[in-house]
Amino acid sequence: MDFPIDLLINAIVAGLLLGGFYAAVTAGISISFGMLDIVNIAHPGFIILGSYIAYFFNINYHVDPIFTCLVLSPVFYVFGTFIYQVYYLSFERRGQQSLRGLAFFFGLLFVTEVVLLLVFGVDYRYVEASYIGPSIHYGILDLPLRMLVPCIGSLLVFGGLQLFIGRTFTGRAVLAVSQDQLALQLMAADPIRIKRIAFGISIAVAAMAGAFLIIIQPVEPSVGREYIGRVFAICVLGGLGSMPGTLIAAMMLGVIESITATFYGPSWAPAVSFGVLLLTLAFRPSGLLGR
Amino acid sequence: MTSLLHVDNISKRFGGFIALDGITLDVQPGERLGLIGPNGSGKSTLVNCICGTLQNEQGSVHFDGHTMDGLAAHERTHRGLSRSFQLPRPFPSLTLAENLRIPMLYTVHKRSGTPLHADNIEVRCAELLQMVGLERKTRHLPRDLTQVEMRKLELARAMAAEPKLMIADEAMAGLSHSEIEEILALLKRLNESGITIILIEHIMSAVMSFSQRLIVLVTGKKIADGKPEAVVRDPEVVRAYIGE
Amino acid sequence: MPLFTVLAVVVALAAFMLLRIPNIEYLFVAGYTIVQYIVLATAWNILGGYCGYVNFGSAAFFAMGAYSTVALATFGNQIDEMVPESLAPFFHLIFPLPIPVLIVFGGIVSGIVGFGTGYLTLRLRGAFFAIATLALSVVLATLVVNWDFVGGSGGAYVVRPGEFPLLGSYVQYLFLLMLALAVIAVVAARTIERSRLGYGFAAIRDDELAAEASGVPTLRLKLVATTLSGALMGMAGAPFPYYIGYLQPAGVFGLEYAVNSIAMPLIGGTTSWIGPVIGTILLGTLQQVTTVTISSAVNVLIVGVLLIAFVIIAPNGIVGLVQDRLRARRQK
Repeated sequence: MDFPIDLLINAIVAGLLLGGFYAAVTAGISISFGMLDIVNIAHPGFIILGSYIAYFFNINYHVDPIFTCLVLSPVFYVFGTFIYQVYYLSFERRGQQSLRGLAFFFGLLFVTEVVLLLVFGVDYRYVEASYIGPSIHYGILDLPLRMLVPCIGSLLVFGGLQLFIGRTFTGRAVLAVSQDQLALQLMAADPIRIKRIAFGISIAVAAMAGAFLIIIQPVEPSVGREYIGRVFAICVLGGLGSMPGTLIAAMMLGVIESITATFYGPSWAPAVSFGVLLLTLAFRPSGLLGR
Repeated sequence: MTSLLHVDNISKRFGGFIALDGITLDVQPGERLGLIGPNGSGKSTLVNCICGTLQNEQGSVHFDGHTMDGLAAHERTHRGLSRSFQLPRPFPSLTLAENLRIPMLYTVHKRSGTPLHADNIEVRCAELLQMVGLERKTRHLPRDLTQVEMRKLELARAMAAEPKLMIADEAMAGLSHSEIEEILALLKRLNESGITIILIEHIMSAVMSFSQRLIVLVTGKKIADGKPEAVVRDPEVVRAYIGE
Repeated sequence: MPLFTVLAVVVALAAFMLLRIPNIEYLFVAGYTIVQYIVLATAWNILGGYCGYVNFGSAAFFAMGAYSTVALATFGNQIDEMVPESLAPFFHLIFPLPIPVLIVFGGIVSGIVGFGTGYLTLRLRGAFFAIATLALSVVLATLVVNWDFVGGSGGAYVVRPGEFPLLGSYVQYLFLLMLALAVIAVVAARTIERSRLGYGFAAIRDDELAAEASGVPTLRLKLVATTLSGALMGMAGAPFPYYIGYLQPAGVFGLEYAVNSIAMPLIGGTTSWIGPVIGTILLGTLQQVTTVTISSAVNVLIVGVLLIAFVIIAPNGIVGLVQDRLRARRQK
């Protein structure tokens, strides 16, 4: 049998491009869950919110989605800090974050989805931009720009986050707060403020991921839920709190999903992430590069 | 093996940090052992490894003639190992009496094979609460307790499991002089009734008056093991405490 | 203990009789949904409220019960194609299976799924279990959508046998069955609450580490809770295809089941068997009214908002508010 090599290679490349995007999607969770230990399952909801806002400005004012979300990310940042404050006062401080905190975020996810449903309806929405449509051809490689551009954008965002965490004081404080909150306090940094900043950043990143998402695929309100499995699968596979691990895991998942979709059909894709998640939890719960 | 507890060369690391570095010690049945060491020396990690809350990477723990390796914490408690937590961990939604019920229902009951009668449990809970002076708050929730009372509850809960060996992890922090005397008397009484006790403390007077033998832990290593008077004069011990 | 069971049965029967008086079919249709949620909310609460482990995938367990019924019904329709000739008469005799049997099957299937999910994830932190249950919904939905035997993405029709002797309408029969299931669920919850098992659950919920140290076999108990909770949800799902006639994956795996089974116990109160019942009746009735008067999407939005509000303001639900008031009075 003639093994379709070019199909495989394109599947792998598409997977890598997708993986780059998944890295940006997961980066936010890597911060809130991996470092701050907050199970923000509403994160995909915020991503979708970003997508819809980008859609709105794109359809009505012909603004580029990436531009929209870039401009809007400070707003999302503030929104994120507000949510963290509520979360902290209601749950973290009372030590009830496990059950009620989860229910809180679940409620947020749910409300976001339903509000979007009420405002925009169930139809798939997509944006228009000059780079959606054309592809670059390179030998047997087929690089659709609508995947390449978000991938590059994602890697930039991801790289920016890495720099922030590695090089700035606040960034390193975030890393510190995840490892030893008491020690951070002794160094005269307010851990609550640091966590608030970190959470705000994770939501701002979600906005950017939203822009990338709607470029890659049309969205409708329930798309967020498909991403929960992916996001946590990548987070766990990569190792909680490890940014490089997240990138590698994102790429791996992207490739596995892409190959599955190409050879077995796209309807199986959502099951892949869960399978990966389960296998990781069963055999190597600390992930590839986990602490 | 005649020791009740035999810890054989256990090591535990957290990432790159070595918390325990080849600790070996023995505890004889009926003994009163004191365990001291500066903050961060690994005392609580040692307790956690002995009791199964953490798993040591190397070495093994033997209790009452059986190996404890691979056994979950609850199984070790069934075998007779009990501990109180340094930072009290009461069950917040249960009353004081109910807090003590848990080890009774799940450890004592398991051991004896015959289910404990409901009245028996109530009587026993009342007894224990009286021993630690908390009988007036039997139906209260832990959040109504002072810090000091919470430590007493911790002890009572460890006692409720009717252990052969009990580890009291800094149970006396913050207590007044008379309260310390109270707890020491209680622990001595328990010891006289046959329970082996490991006392982890910073309050030197308490440790000295209580312990028959003293072990010193510094940065994960055991640096002294002997009679209390001799240990406190050991130059290495002095250096560890003063020379920091 | 038996007194409570008798009382519960009496209350249930009384409710049934009362509903028959106006002779409006819709009351039974709406009532079925509410009673179904009593089962789901109670089941969720056994794992969530008693044990402290959040299950976001109630829909999955519910759907597994529904789809085991569909699978068995489809099998029943295709006996001659699927079974060797010698065995066919036997199968023709026992199929179509009566609903109580389907309920048991649904319970077994979902119980196994619950056990499996628990076994893989409960040794890790509670958060991982919650995430796993959420992803479970998506995955099971994917499997079902790709499995033509149960209708695939197009859905499955399940034909109701016409009338039910004695009661007249089939919906009333279904309602009665669900009522029986609700009684079982509530009695089970109350029994657990006051038992040694219930204390073990509470200890796990309050402080798992301390529970382990006190001798509670936490993993084993959590698995019991997960399996029992899943099984009850599956049992609630088993009659659903007959109730609704046309089963669509999108509908049954939808978010409303997950949100309602969380919102109802949390709003009612998670520490007692009565919390889920109160929460269900209040929220369920509110939803029926809103769906009819405004829209079903708004109704679902209200549930979400109420959930967030209660979780922030009244974490122990309505029962908790009452209990706090009583305790304050007792301590004066």
